Amino acid sequence: MSDVVTRLDVFKTYKLFVGGKFPRSESGRVYEVTDAKGQWLANAPLGTRKDTRDAVLAARAAVKGWSGTTAYNRGQVLYRVAEMLQGRREQFTAEVAAAEGLGAKKAAALVDQAIDRWVWYAGWTDKVSQIAGAANPVAGPFFNLSVPEPTGVVGIVAPQAGHGHSFLGLVSVLAPVIATGNTAVVAVAADAPLPALSLGEVLATSDVPGGVVNLVSGRTADLAPTLASHQDVNALDLAGAIAGEGPGAAASLEALAADTLKRVLRPAVDPSAQDWTLAPGTDRLLSFLETKTVWHPMGQ
Amino acid sequence: MAKKNVAKDVPAAARPVFEYAPAPESPAAAGELATSYGHFIGGEFVDSSGSEALKTVNPATEQVLAEFAQGTEEDVDRAVAAARAAFADWSALPGSERAKYLFRIARIVQERSRELAVLESIDNGKPIKETRDVDLPLVAAHFFYYAGWADKLDFAGFGPNPKPLGVAGQVIPWNFPLLMLAWKIAPALATGNTVVLKPAETTPLTALRFAEICRQAGLPKGVVNIVTGDGRTGAALTAHPDVSKVAFTGSTAVGRAIAKQLAGSRKKLSLELGGKAANIVFDDAPIDQAVEGIVNGIFFNQGHVCCAGSRLLVQESVQDELLDALKRRMATLRVGDPLDKNTDVGAINSAAQLARITELAAAGEAEGAERWAPACELPAAGYWFRPTLFTGVSQAHRIAREEIFGPVLSVLTFRTPAEAVEKANNTQYGLSAGIWTEKGSRILWTADRLRAGVVWANTFNKFDPTSPFGGYKESGYGREGGRHGLEAYLDV
Repeated sequence: MSDVVTRLDVFKTYKLFVGGKFPRSESGRVYEVTDAKGQWLANAPLGTRKDTRDAVLAARAAVKGWSGTTAYNRGQVLYRVAEMLQGRREQFTAEVAAAEGLGAKKAAALVDQAIDRWVWYAGWTDKVSQIAGAANPVAGPFFNLSVPEPTGVVGIVAPQAGHGHSFLGLVSVLAPVIATGNTAVVAVAADAPLPALSLGEVLATSDVPGGVVNLVSGRTADLAPTLASHQDVNALDLAGAIAGEGPGAAASLEALAADTLKRVLRPAVDPSAQDWTLAPGTDRLLSFLETKTVWHPMGQ
Repeated sequence: MAKKNVAKDVPAAARPVFEYAPAPESPAAAGELATSYGHFIGGEFVDSSGSEALKTVNPATEQVLAEFAQGTEEDVDRAVAAARAAFADWSALPGSERAKYLFRIARIVQERSRELAVLESIDNGKPIKETRDVDLPLVAAHFFYYAGWADKLDFAGFGPNPKPLGVAGQVIPWNFPLLMLAWKIAPALATGNTVVLKPAETTPLTALRFAEICRQAGLPKGVVNIVTGDGRTGAALTAHPDVSKVAFTGSTAVGRAIAKQLAGSRKKLSLELGGKAANIVFDDAPIDQAVEGIVNGIFFNQGHVCCAGSRLLVQESVQDELLDALKRRMATLRVGDPLDKNTDVGAINSAAQLARITELAAAGEAEGAERWAPACELPAAGYWFRPTLFTGVSQAHRIAREEIFGPVLSVLTFRTPAEAVEKANNTQYGLSAGIWTEKGSRILWTADRLRAGVVWANTFNKFDPTSPFGGYKESGYGREGGRHGLEAYLDV
């Protein structure tokens, strides 16, 4: 043992997750990611507008297959994500601790909650229509049924603040979107992208079809407006939209989204005060659904 | 159209017949069987306080598979006490933690599904094709579905924070042993109850194997208890004063007796009992598709199905065409070794059940109905009954009124939709019904008038954990499956 030189760690090259693959950014550029104290952690790919558009293409291509699977099947896939995450708990704990400047214990608790959140949404896939659908007693000889259907491609600006934002926050906004059969393009937290980029590795080995989740790191001011204005994005979750004014701000993104009448879920009034450990409820789950009502006559 | 007629006119003997090479599943895949079994109480396998033992046989060979304990009142008392002791902690667990136990069970069932399918087939006599493709996938799906409800009860429509009842005493039948266990245990546990379950005395083995799965899943001791035995054990369980909820699936006669036994108590009761389902075929029905549905409706699981489509109501104008096609199809059913993957119809579950089917079929003939069955060789050992059809059946015949619970189909006719509805509803039962027509509005019109808990249109015998199942009238009350299935285990 004594003559063995201290072993050098192997660093990971963090990459985007698009269409089930791990490309570098088309820009060929990266940016420095630091921990809460300013220490360098890794370089993250500097995703661009073009990367975002590529991701939307992949997400659109995945809609048919993913929304067409049975709810039971989607539930099992989401549960599989939890199973895979459980095995990589230590890795995510370290990444969350570094990203949010937390002790190992607090970070581990956040990772555990993120795992349980996948389980929570795994259980929702085949129950959403039982709480959001209805047999409507119309006044006539008709069968009338309302069922929820996924909206399509959802652009997500991932949480950038609040307790647990880097991973639990991300899972809390992503899982409900895909649980109901939508596909997602996520602009991950710009300052804390590493747990999100690692999540791509988990999703890639969890039977989640390629393109259902796409993760892009980079400047929010580049990525978010691209999602908001994209013609082929159907809805927008602005959880991590930046405060104040400018191209990444919630108000301007919502205004862009209005051009194509995207469904928009607004961020919290004070995103930095948001506590992602709180029980999620069904708000996000029900935000990215369309209600379809079918009429059919009854008669001999 | 012309082509079809040509094929139909070819005599059966001239048509090429496929010979099927045997494709037997290995009985060894069922895993090792003990020579004798005790109960599963408080997380341990324990001996009975009594000395009486019963035997479970393979109905396809009549060979004894294992001995198991005849549960005594003392055994039941011990099991209920274990369940009661476990109730406080189990019901106090956060729903999300209970959910994770149930998800574990679902996953282990999936992992061990081949073993369980073979074991079920050996103990019950049903074809491996069915245990493998129907029973086991549904068992896993049922646990998966109710796992998800455990932490979502606030959203189930029963008001905030609905409470469990306590110890559930559950008595299940032999026709779908593990599936009925899943239907009972999954919602009970998800809602925070603990259970004592008694499997049927001809099919205890998969329930006892399930006890091992509870251990692998790390389920807290006493949350699930399995006590074996015959009806005496069941009666002791349903009568136990510390049981808060009784769930029973089985015959209407026993269900009635339990309802009487519980009268005046505070126990909540759900019953899933017999049936005599009408399978209604209108003149515009797609005949080939209807024939498949009729065959599936009555010969699936040897007709040991409470919701079996045992009364075929066919519109007079298409009767001949339909019956010709049905007989042709029945002649191709393969009856025999349940472990052969080609087998369509397996063994009758027990000598007693075979005697009942035989007696009712004889009554059908005696009352004047015309009996038909395809020529098919039956194995020498074991309990077997040919897929059988009765025509010229009147509504007063015993085979049109009583549940045969075997591969026997009674055919009646009707002229108008109103008459079909009238005849379909002319029964003490109301579990299920089938409708075959290309016309959507007629499906809905008919379904609207049928007094049955499940109505299948242009399909039959479909089950899903998200879909409530249960009967009207003397087919029982309460629903299993779906959001509605939670209600039977909640104090609401």
